[in-house]
Amino acid sequence: MNSVQTAVSQTSPPKKSFLYDPKVRGIFYQVVLVLAIVYLFYVAATNAVENLQRAKIASGFGFLNNTAGFDISQTLIQFSAAGGTYGDAFIVGLLNTLLVSAIGIFFTTILGFLIGIARLSKNWMVAKVAMVYVEVLRNIPLLVQLLFWYIAVLGTLPQPRNSLEMGAGFYLNSRGLFMAKPIWGSNISVVVAALVIGLVGTFVYRRWARRQQEQTGRQYPVGKVTLALLLGLPVLTWIVLAVAGANPITFELPRKGTFNLTGGMQILPEFVALLLGLVTYTAAFIAEVVRAGILAVSKGQSEAAGSLGLTPGQTLRLVVIPQAMRVIVPPLTSQYLNLTKNSSLAVAIGYPDLVQVFMGTVLNQTGQAIEVVVITMGVYLTISLVTSFIMNIYNRRVAIVER
Amino acid sequence: MKKALVSIAFGLTASLLATGASAQATLNSVKQKGFLTCGSNTGLAGFGQPDAQGNWTGLDVDFCRAIAAAIFDDPTKVRFIPLAAKDRFTALQSGEVDVLSRNSTVTMSRDTQLGLDFPAINYFDGQGFMVRKKLGVSSAKELNGASICTQQGTTTELNLADYFRANNMKYEVVAFATSDETFKAYDAGRCDAFTTDASGLYAERLRASAPDDHIVLPEIISKEPLGPAVRHGDNQWGDIVRWTHNAMLNAEELGVTKANVDQMKTSENPEIKRLLGTEGKFGEAVGLTNDWAVRIIKHVGNYGEVFEKNVGEGSRLKIKRGQNAQWTKGGLQYGIPIR
Repeated sequence: MNSVQTAVSQTSPPKKSFLYDPKVRGIFYQVVLVLAIVYLFYVAATNAVENLQRAKIASGFGFLNNTAGFDISQTLIQFSAAGGTYGDAFIVGLLNTLLVSAIGIFFTTILGFLIGIARLSKNWMVAKVAMVYVEVLRNIPLLVQLLFWYIAVLGTLPQPRNSLEMGAGFYLNSRGLFMAKPIWGSNISVVVAALVIGLVGTFVYRRWARRQQEQTGRQYPVGKVTLALLLGLPVLTWIVLAVAGANPITFELPRKGTFNLTGGMQILPEFVALLLGLVTYTAAFIAEVVRAGILAVSKGQSEAAGSLGLTPGQTLRLVVIPQAMRVIVPPLTSQYLNLTKNSSLAVAIGYPDLVQVFMGTVLNQTGQAIEVVVITMGVYLTISLVTSFIMNIYNRRVAIVER
Repeated sequence: MKKALVSIAFGLTASLLATGASAQATLNSVKQKGFLTCGSNTGLAGFGQPDAQGNWTGLDVDFCRAIAAAIFDDPTKVRFIPLAAKDRFTALQSGEVDVLSRNSTVTMSRDTQLGLDFPAINYFDGQGFMVRKKLGVSSAKELNGASICTQQGTTTELNLADYFRANNMKYEVVAFATSDETFKAYDAGRCDAFTTDASGLYAERLRASAPDDHIVLPEIISKEPLGPAVRHGDNQWGDIVRWTHNAMLNAEELGVTKANVDQMKTSENPEIKRLLGTEGKFGEAVGLTNDWAVRIIKHVGNYGEVFEKNVGEGSRLKIKRGQNAQWTKGGLQYGIPIR
């Protein structure tokens, strides 16, 4: 080892000027580049501020504390034209974006996996239906699909006075889906306690079942017991309480008002249309990602699983999917990001998401385009980076651990 | 490489700084381009809409044509840029359009905080509601609990909130980006009522699948002075826009029309002489030629003619002059004297 090092130092040229050291030069150029970029941004920012002042256009972020003066159709927090500020309107829009993205990601994952697996089905009919779904949905622009869901589907719904009554307090009309609103009584804590007991019980039982399987090879019915503990226990508690005359939940049913149904809960048609559009469109892409992931697992794996006596369902669940996940997760993350960003198309169908509320109404009422656009870009960047971060952690867990 | 970077940096800086200096010279840049860029509505019958041949027509459109006529002696030297309500002021601020003539309400905040000036008011309006006849509603006061479709980024959106708050009524607002989407949603049954400026209600009703099924409620809930806007800081350009409007008003008051403007040049009436540039140098004072008003009237017409052609009896809208009549006839349109 020593002799090699001396040999290298002997053959290398004698030390020249510090200026000609490639390492120093490399650092120098990088520092210059960073400085130039910082300078550019600084000049652009100060110049913009100067020009705005000269043109008498208000600047700065003070507008976020001003009263908004307009109303928003769907608000997850308390918001009114009288008391809400532009800052509150921003939060309302942000929460609406997060709501539709989170629910959208949940459903599109389920739908995408189902269709992806269906496309590989041995049943000719199922495989072709899945193929047609993918090819149709992913080849029509999302905006067109959203307008279809909103205008074509909305147009066929009845006016509020002829609402479709679907039983159990559900009504459907062109103002959206109406349902009974649960009002929690004081006894709800008992039901929640039952749910917590169910959760803990499930956890303990599953650990025990796994250990039993590892030690003795006997399998216990995990799925059924989980269902019974998680769902059965709280429902049973509820029924017992209701029979005892201390009903923990009462429902406020929608009633017919002058124009529309009042009371109860309302899901806006804009939300439904946006959710349907995003879920069905993104699912087509996820289906292809899933198909690619499954095909990436070599056939020998499922043959080996079969020869060990695993059923096709078990093969898929225990052998193929876990290996496919390492291929699926990175492109799946991109699809989640796409769905979140595509939710900004809400602007076309009047769903009050961040872009519609903040870059639409707030920008126009305040005229502070630069600030509003910068904030909005920052928000989408943050949402995307956080999603990526979480998915990367998950990816590390499903990646093959090389030994 | 370092040299290249520095030169790029300087180049960018110079171009960024340059935008500030051009604020004073809209007239020069319009002359240089050879045409006027005019921010117009995306489509509002009577005010700004392309017809079947793609020619823009309307009261606001003719206002831009009048400015082009005053500058170039040619009303066709206008390029119209259709703008949604929420994009219009940004387009003007950023210099994408030279003038915004797009039924925009003049308000104090828009005048003082958006870096804009509103040199004239070419249509006095107010906000109203339209509902389906079969709802059986006859007053806006009966709209408690209704869903209302409106266009976002407008004063309409704010007045709506004020009105329902002041009358202690509830409502559900559904806001859309463009007037087209808003009206389509109302027409499809998404909302019980549609609200915009009264002039807009009559214009939009023509587009409904069954126009006779809808009525406009009698209440006018706000003041909506509509007028063209220019960037703040270029006073010469603001003057041109202001005096274009006043020339059209004065022409109507003095009986100067598209048809008789050439004969009127020989008139002995000193007011007409000053208007038509046979006396004084009023045109040159705003950077135009002295026959600027003749050009406007000859190519486009006086205010009354433009009104009747686009929104009045000569149009499908049949809107009465009302507040937009001359002050001599009980209206609010009052031409500032040219002297």
